[in-house]
Amino acid sequence: MKALCWYGKNDVRVETVPEPKIINPRDAIVKTTLSAICGSDLHLLHGYIPSMQQGDILGHEFMGEILEVGADVTNLKKGDRVVVPFTIACGRCWFCQQGLTSLCDNSNPNAAAAEKLYGYSASGLFGYSHIFGGYAGGQAQYVRVPFADTACLCVPNSLTDEQVLFLSDIFPTGYMAAENCNIHPGDTIAIWGCGPVGQFAIKSAYMLGAERVIAIDEIPERLELAQSKGKAETINFSEGDVAQKLKDMTGGRGPDGCIDAVGMEAHGASFDAIYDYAKQAVRMETDRPHVLRQAIQACRKGGNLSVPGVYGGFIDKFPIGAAFSKGLTMRLGQTNVHRYMKPLLDRIEKGEIDPSFVITDRYGLECAPEAYKTFDKHDHGCIKVVLRP
Amino acid sequence: MQSIETREHPVQNVGQMERIASVIAGGALAIYGIRQGLTRHSLPGAALALTGGALIRRGFTGYCDVYRMLGVNSHATPPGANATIPYQQGVRVDRSITINASREDVYRFWRNLDNLPRFMRHVRSVKTIDNTHSHWTVEGPAGQKLEWDAEIINEVPNELLAWKSLPGASINNTGSVRFEHATAGRGTRISISLQYEPPAGQVSVFLAKLFGRDADTEVEQELQRLKSIIEAGEVPTSDGQPTGRVEEKAAQRSQKNNKQEEMVHASEASFPASDAPAYSHLNGR
Repeated sequence: MKALCWYGKNDVRVETVPEPKIINPRDAIVKTTLSAICGSDLHLLHGYIPSMQQGDILGHEFMGEILEVGADVTNLKKGDRVVVPFTIACGRCWFCQQGLTSLCDNSNPNAAAAEKLYGYSASGLFGYSHIFGGYAGGQAQYVRVPFADTACLCVPNSLTDEQVLFLSDIFPTGYMAAENCNIHPGDTIAIWGCGPVGQFAIKSAYMLGAERVIAIDEIPERLELAQSKGKAETINFSEGDVAQKLKDMTGGRGPDGCIDAVGMEAHGASFDAIYDYAKQAVRMETDRPHVLRQAIQACRKGGNLSVPGVYGGFIDKFPIGAAFSKGLTMRLGQTNVHRYMKPLLDRIEKGEIDPSFVITDRYGLECAPEAYKTFDKHDHGCIKVVLRP
Repeated sequence: MQSIETREHPVQNVGQMERIASVIAGGALAIYGIRQGLTRHSLPGAALALTGGALIRRGFTGYCDVYRMLGVNSHATPPGANATIPYQQGVRVDRSITINASREDVYRFWRNLDNLPRFMRHVRSVKTIDNTHSHWTVEGPAGQKLEWDAEIINEVPNELLAWKSLPGASINNTGSVRFEHATAGRGTRISISLQYEPPAGQVSVFLAKLFGRDADTEVEQELQRLKSIIEAGEVPTSDGQPTGRVEEKAAQRSQKNNKQEEMVHASEASFPASDAPAYSHLNGR
């Protein structure tokens, strides 16, 4: 089969690889019908996520048709049309039962390595390095899905692939990011990053009762989408002091919730941003936390800070003093996709949202390397790429 | 998980006569070394003097690091020598894990000794002899076959299981597993405590650690596998999944060639039968 494989920094290729097989009794093999490139795949492309190996198949946003199921999978059958969450979860451990499926105890075969780095291991992830399990990803014609009975969400034929694909990651991720802000009626939410997750966070913040959403980015097309589809007010961070602007826009009070939908590769031109570029370039700092610092600085007293953006290692100059003095609450982590899929599918079915609004580029799987380049460089306003095998 | 806990080194592990010999030989060596060092300013002289000093220390304290590394003890037999593992000898491992299942279920799983090789990677088989005796076959660190008979010496259903190896074991070992309710209905906490006498003394323990096969890591991973089997019904793995790794693609090619050879072979063997051998899967879906 054809699959998009990682061979090193800025080196991804479509190769012919063996087809996946059922390995464990709760596995299923899914024939991919639509897959996507996620912003977090760019962290892999840029070589910032440790423990990648040459030839690893990328991709964690995918859907398709069930081709085959393992002996213990009784709730799925050949031909079912399913969306698969990017976090792999057993559904039966204590964490899964609390709804914290991204923290599953039993889905990372390389848990020991993750424990060395993080103390305890979170769940396994599709196509996201060996420290998260070394699972082959979904930018491929076929994918092995572990714990398929818990993972796969059957979707109705009345909805198109493009309408439901993002239930696999970015819609739940944007939704959980908004939920983590503990939104109350009248709240103002500031969102850094108007990529796909940022766009879904904007929509979700309104769904959860926010009065105002202020979106921050510098790419005109993204700011425009945030305004037109998201109904957000916008700040272009290249045009001045974001924290001051937010203060002015909120009557000196500051946003009630701040969302960092950017993560470890933040862009900026301030002194601290340049400091991060330099340190990351010489590998003295793994992550560039410019947005995180700004969000902490800008957040109102007693406000909520939500971090869906991916961080992998260590950061410098974390403004713990500001976070402490203002009594902020910070919530972060990978998305517990499983628990959001069904309720968000219901919203799509009711017509409350059509997630396909973020798609700007459509490619065949064989053109995936070119698609990565386009997405990475934001060529002609690229926001979200889907790949059809 | 708790940290490793090897036994503190014994106060003395060198016998009386050996200690006296150590002091005399060490003294002579030190004096010779110092004289060599002073008159000729030679490094070997200084080294001899230091070695002599170490021997004197060994004689006076009765403790030898080299003996410790080798698991040797020429000191008078310490108390408790008729225990399975003599006092202050051997390697001890303490580990615990929480499993989201009732204490009864976890205990029942463990008590059925046939289940043990499912999560203990190096255990080839556990054969039940009678209610308290079993025969163990285990693969050692260098691939050698290790065997012993074990006896359950204490059993409190749903709470505790303790065992020891019987005389004649390839590795003397003893251990216990405790099964406790985790707080607020969060399943069962299992605490395992085991002790064994490594066949080649502490050196083999050191080497095993160097290659990442020390007992602490092994036990920790065994408990994780046990947890996955009981909770999730399977042990997670990504082995055997497709990748675009260059060496694997090469292996795949050679496998394909072999299969084709096999096919030719099979065709010849089956001649003149009319049915062609079924190798239709060769080209995949």
